[in-house]
Amino acid sequence: MTSVTMTVNGKSVSGDVEGRTLLVQFLRDDLKLTGTHVGCDTSQCGACQVHVDGKAVKACTMLAAEADGADVKTIEGMANADGSLSVIQQAFQDHHGLQCGFCTPGMVMTAAALLKENPKPTEAEVRHYLEGNICRCTGYHNIVKAILAASGQEVTQIAAE
Amino acid sequence: MHNFEFVKPGTISDAVAALGGEEAQALGGGQTLLPTMKQRLAAPTTLVSLSGVGEMVGVCTNDAGEICIGGATTHAQVQAETASSYPGLSGLAGQIGDPAVRNRGTIGGSLANNDPAACYPSAALGSGATIVTNTREIAADDYFQGMFTTALDEGEIVTEVRFPVPMAANYQKFVQPASRFALTGVFVAKYASGVRVAVTGASENGVFRWSEAEAALSSSFTADAVKDLSVPADGMIGDLHGTPDYRAHLVKVMTGRAVTAAQ
Repeated sequence: MTSVTMTVNGKSVSGDVEGRTLLVQFLRDDLKLTGTHVGCDTSQCGACQVHVDGKAVKACTMLAAEADGADVKTIEGMANADGSLSVIQQAFQDHHGLQCGFCTPGMVMTAAALLKENPKPTEAEVRHYLEGNICRCTGYHNIVKAILAASGQEVTQIAAE
Repeated sequence: MHNFEFVKPGTISDAVAALGGEEAQALGGGQTLLPTMKQRLAAPTTLVSLSGVGEMVGVCTNDAGEICIGGATTHAQVQAETASSYPGLSGLAGQIGDPAVRNRGTIGGSLANNDPAACYPSAALGSGATIVTNTREIAADDYFQGMFTTALDEGEIVTEVRFPVPMAANYQKFVQPASRFALTGVFVAKYASGVRVAVTGASENGVFRWSEAEAALSSSFTADAVKDLSVPADGMIGDLHGTPDYRAHLVKVMTGRAVTAAQ
């Protein structure tokens, strides 16, 4: 076992993990932060995306031991301090960017990473950035709309067809 | 995944020492190795993470004008830090996997694995790069030795990759949409000494140089120069995503597109 300490959503946490423990297992099984989902477990679908030191990563394809000392942010850390939804989360609700909701934590984390790098992305840039996030419900249109709306851009021209 | 001992050395020499153990394996960003271990296709006893080796991270330019990239540098960092110094390479790095994969995967990990459909081998071979390890320097022409096979010895680490900067370069990738690997990808680079064309994703022997196209493009760097050439389908990969004939055709098409885009 290896001892790990990291900051998760602003709080310092510690635990003992096996070498093979994935970051997503540590978050879900040890910390009970089950908002981060495991969809495919093969790094294809993006439902497990979290931020590690500010960068989006697939928590199913990173060892917990690799995150020792890191600053981790999960979907549980996305809401505003008063518990209200963040701009991105609210935009997903307003624009029906989710149906079953399984992919949504990863989508929101990816959207947050994108808008940090590129505060006013084009529709094409949003779609390119979502390449590693799979949604089987929405057909992506409303997710793209939600992210563009969260960036403060007009979205009426991007109607779902 | 079978369990293993995880170690994270801080220097190249400590990493080399750790890799001397029985069944020890180096871990770059883990974007290939971890999925492989989940499928129990690999089961090392010790995993030696290279992510803590600070001297292997970063991008700089040496006195010879080559771009030097530390082996543990992520694709995202290469994309960002070579955007002005070597746009062709930056463009390739920005097409690998997806943003989250690019935040973890490393150039050294990709080159050490030498997946026949990975992007980086085409940039290294197409640029005539030098692969620097903890013991020696290897020319890209000698480094790639077939599918998942390289000149690396057991326990040898890719510490740096040095890219001579071309006058023009471009990478065109025909994406296999499920995996986002290259169904066929072509890296074209024009140097004063001639044009190099490296093809990934197509051959059963991994990345290769298309010498007929290199000769034609060295005379005339236009897409027209390759339009009457053909690539033999013998030895091309055939799978449910594409036949050998299809891949051979793609080599020519993507080469033409890369030349046009490089102008």
